[in-house]
Amino acid sequence: MKRLTIEQLLGVDKFVVDDEQPHIKVNKEICSACKPKPCTFACPASLFSIKDEELSFDYAGCLECGTCRVVCPNAGVAIDWNYPRGGFGVHYRYG
Amino acid sequence: MAEEKFTAIVVGAGPAGSTAAYVLAKGGHDVVLVERGTAPGSKNMYGGRMYSHALSRIMPGFWEEAPVERPIAQESITFLNGGQSVSINCRNMSWAADPYHSFTLLRAEFDAWLASKAEEAGALLACGIRVDELLMDGGKVIGIRAGEDEMLADVVVAADGVNSLLAQKAGWAKMFAPNQVATGVKQIIELPAETISQRFQLEGNNGAALLFVGDCSNGMQGGGFLYTNKSSISLGLVINVGELQRCQVKLCDIMEDFKSNPHIAPLIEGGEVAEYSAHLVPEAGLAMTPQLYGDGMLVAGDAAGFVLNLGYTVRGMDFAIASGEAAARTVIEAKARNDFSRRGLSRYVDLLNQSFVLRDLEAYRKAPEFLENERMFKAYPKLVTELASKLFTVDGAPPVHLMKMVLDRIKQSSISLIQLARDGWKGARNL
Repeated sequence: MKRLTIEQLLGVDKFVVDDEQPHIKVNKEICSACKPKPCTFACPASLFSIKDEELSFDYAGCLECGTCRVVCPNAGVAIDWNYPRGGFGVHYRYG
Repeated sequence: MAEEKFTAIVVGAGPAGSTAAYVLAKGGHDVVLVERGTAPGSKNMYGGRMYSHALSRIMPGFWEEAPVERPIAQESITFLNGGQSVSINCRNMSWAADPYHSFTLLRAEFDAWLASKAEEAGALLACGIRVDELLMDGGKVIGIRAGEDEMLADVVVAADGVNSLLAQKAGWAKMFAPNQVATGVKQIIELPAETISQRFQLEGNNGAALLFVGDCSNGMQGGGFLYTNKSSISLGLVINVGELQRCQVKLCDIMEDFKSNPHIAPLIEGGEVAEYSAHLVPEAGLAMTPQLYGDGMLVAGDAAGFVLNLGYTVRGMDFAIASGEAAARTVIEAKARNDFSRRGLSRYVDLLNQSFVLRDLEAYRKAPEFLENERMFKAYPKLVTELASKLFTVDGAPPVHLMKMVLDRIKQSSISLIQLARDGWKGARNL
């Protein structure tokens, strides 16, 4: 099978993106001081990346696993984590 | 909505929550099952197989109407090491006949079915609702708040999954440490049913469950899995988050590497990816169990950390179902005495012990620690595959007897004989 990019993988999933309220918020100030930034490797949807030397995060495409919340060296401070509002977010058709 | 008071509000329509709601409704109690997804199951994901015993107790013969995929007739564990692999294969045809030992199933469909059984029994199902807060009166949980809406109940059953925000909000659960959970990623790969049966040498609609250890996790604590559904394959990896903290490779890339592994690629060749999903797995057993009961609330399923991974069996759904049942029975007994205090709900632990949930977690209390041993994921797969390869190789080299072959291999490996003996002893006692 051909290798798929994360964009291709997320492309097969069904999402209802909440345009009004992001369910996860990142504190860029704390994150800028974080050297290892394990979220950029561990997030299964690869939603954390470094752009212009700053942590960039996109909540659309979130698989709602909670890995970022646990893997974060500043757990509980840097990432304000919640599930999306009812009816929003990923919608698994297989699971 | 605040005027109405339920006997129980069950949060989360997964196997724990729907079972709790089903048993309560069957017992004639007012119960509401609250689910944040627009349909039960739409937020749920797991590896791929449910052991039947827990649900069979509650709904004998459930497979006749439940949307199950294939009954598992074949188990295997494979050690991966580059171009070498060693598999242990076990077939038991009786597993795939009544009373069906285990099934592969897809959660979107199955969880929706289980929730519909609760609904049929009389539970009120409320989907698309995220519970934001617990309503408290003194130290007692008296209901929930979701957005502007409030609901009251004698008992709240928190079956809201591994991240259990409710248990954390109640102060019953600490935020887990990275090494106490693992991240599971999975791809659903569609293939024709006949191709799957032929490829895995399965008779009719029988299924296979394959576990992998070694290369697939990049040497990290974790492993791979493959489950055959009717016309798709569930392929994925589970890797400890403590390890991911140090990992410098993207998890989604490790998953793609796994798919192109020479031992995996032929199994999924020609397939089409239909879904990519991820979920946390509680892995620390009793070391991460939150407070399970207290004034006005019970915690069940993944929210309680009820998962048991022994390396050769991985169980979660049977624990979820049995704990949901125990929660419901606890509420029913408490209702009869009209005592929903911590004391009144303390029966939950007895029932969890009687069922098997706490008994099994207690019996394998030391298994999570044993499986943290890094030799399991690097040195042993290498040793086993090299040894077996040597055994089957005929190349004109001078003969070496088995004993010497084994000892030579161990000497060449990074494992000492003492370590090997110690690991063997510990493994035999703790797994």
